[in-house]
Amino acid sequence: MNEKSAISINSVDKVFNEAREDEVIALSNIDLDIKEGEFVSLIGPSGCGKSTLLRLIGDLLEPTKGSVEVFGKSAHQARVDQDYGMVFQHAGLFDWRRVSANIELPLELHGWSKADRSTRSQEMLDLVKLPDFGSYYPRQLSGGMQQRVSIARALSFKPKLLLMDEPFGALDEMTREHMQIELLRIWEETGTTVVFVTHSIPESAFLSNRVVVLSPRPGQVHSVIDVDLGKRSESTRQDSNFFAAATEIREALRAVEEQE
Amino acid sequence: MKTAKAIRVILTVAVVIVFLVLLWEGYKWMGQKTDDHWPGTNFGLPIATNDTIMPHFVDVITELNADIRDGRSTMPMYAFLLKKAWFTFQEAAIGFILGLTIGMSLAILMSRWKVSERGLLPWINVSQTIPLIALAPVVVTWGRNQGLSDLISISLISTYLTFFPVAVSGLRGLQSPDSAHVELMHSYAASWRTTLFKLRLPAARPFLFPALKLAGSLSIVGAIVGEISIGRKTGLGRAILEYALRYAIFPERLYASVIGAAFLGLLVFGMINLAERYFMRRTREVAS
Ligand SMILES: Nc1ncnc2c1ncn2[C@@H]1O[C@H](COP(=O)(O)OP(=O)(O)OP(=O)(O)O)[C@@H](O)[C@H]1O
Ligand SMILES: [Mg+2]
Repeated sequence: MNEKSAISINSVDKVFNEAREDEVIALSNIDLDIKEGEFVSLIGPSGCGKSTLLRLIGDLLEPTKGSVEVFGKSAHQARVDQDYGMVFQHAGLFDWRRVSANIELPLELHGWSKADRSTRSQEMLDLVKLPDFGSYYPRQLSGGMQQRVSIARALSFKPKLLLMDEPFGALDEMTREHMQIELLRIWEETGTTVVFVTHSIPESAFLSNRVVVLSPRPGQVHSVIDVDLGKRSESTRQDSNFFAAATEIREALRAVEEQE
Repeated sequence: MKTAKAIRVILTVAVVIVFLVLLWEGYKWMGQKTDDHWPGTNFGLPIATNDTIMPHFVDVITELNADIRDGRSTMPMYAFLLKKAWFTFQEAAIGFILGLTIGMSLAILMSRWKVSERGLLPWINVSQTIPLIALAPVVVTWGRNQGLSDLISISLISTYLTFFPVAVSGLRGLQSPDSAHVELMHSYAASWRTTLFKLRLPAARPFLFPALKLAGSLSIVGAIVGEISIGRKTGLGRAILEYALRYAIFPERLYASVIGAAFLGLLVFGMINLAERYFMRRTREVAS
């Protein structure tokens, strides 16, 4: 991890349906800086604006006020430059494409040659531990396997930034823990920056360098918790530092609930 | 596996045909016995069973093989019908392709701009309330003034029927991808065109093919009605009209020509099915 800024969010407000009866202030006065190579989780009660914040970073939404910079340029420019890969809560694979063709979709759009594409998609399939499933169709895979394919798709073009919205929400506990280890391995190997939305306290504690706790109505940064667990492995889950971090996050979330 | 399936399809069709023929002949036999009454009652049958209204199936088939005059030459009825059907097929095919092109263009236009959907969709719906019989002579007269051949004019009438299901189902299909897929393409900074070809058109296929089957049948209906209202000498429509006028004398001929039209419909249906199998071959293997 170095000290260069990957994401810089300055006094951002996001209001949906402004000046209408159904106006929603989703985010208010958000300030957040994320360094290159950092793994940051967003956690908070449902509806507090986690997905909205992620979408702002990805330029899928525009801030009502304030600015979002990604790698020193506007979020829009970063999207056009394809600096990030996005994993949504639902796998969102194309039914009519084989698994490998799904992974190759962004490469196709970037104009890669067919040979390079298939080499890379096989690498990615190995990475997410689905080496033999390239010629399957998404509907022949379980939900968890599909989610891994969508992670492979997001990683296929080696983006500098990975935006993940509850990517493991649909997985069973065992697969989830396995995927967490895989994600950390990929993160260490590639050195990408990760912004990770989750509802799970242990998950955020286990994965992140920093956990951002959001409070709702309007969405605001309640607190930012530093987590330092060193190199993580399965045994880290029994580590006292891990429990301490989880407890700190839990207490912050309690405080958020009481605030309401 | 594949041949087994083909045999099953053919067997099913054969069984259905045999069943329909038996029903026809059984009903006719009963009516002849009871003087067109339900057995044991005084209630009349809804359809009379004499040889004019319901000729024997065998007679219709025999008629298909009988010689008839076509201009100065004579030929068997089935050859005559095939010749006529070929003209109708050409008209229908041109009408279908034009209808597909126009329908898809409208669908793409409407999916691109919400304004055009609001402006066009009502008119597309209204267009189908104009009776074909009223429209056909207008198109033909207009076409002749423009120096178009009657074949093209008839095709245009057929187009008028076929573009509608294509436009409406095409629009639904193009709008079918959920917002997650659209957002994904957006996150790749994909252009509208790229999104159309990589996402919207592939996603529209399951909506489009049922509409194309309907459009296929409509293209033949349009061609036949067009031929009749134009008075074109060639084509199945003309044959059907002539035999309809002489129904009292040769009822078998009208039935024979209708069988010809039905076969043409089946042929078109089969072709569209083949196209569907080709274009959806990838997803077909997976049960939904
Ligand atoms: N497109 C939209 N139009 C109007 N309101 C919206 C829109 N998207 C989100 N909101 C509102 O913004 C608020 C934050 O939504 P968001 O989806 O960011 O929450 P979240 O923290 O991701 O919740 P969850 O944990 O349930 O996914 C909610 O009150 C929601 O109703
Ligand atoms: Mg969310």
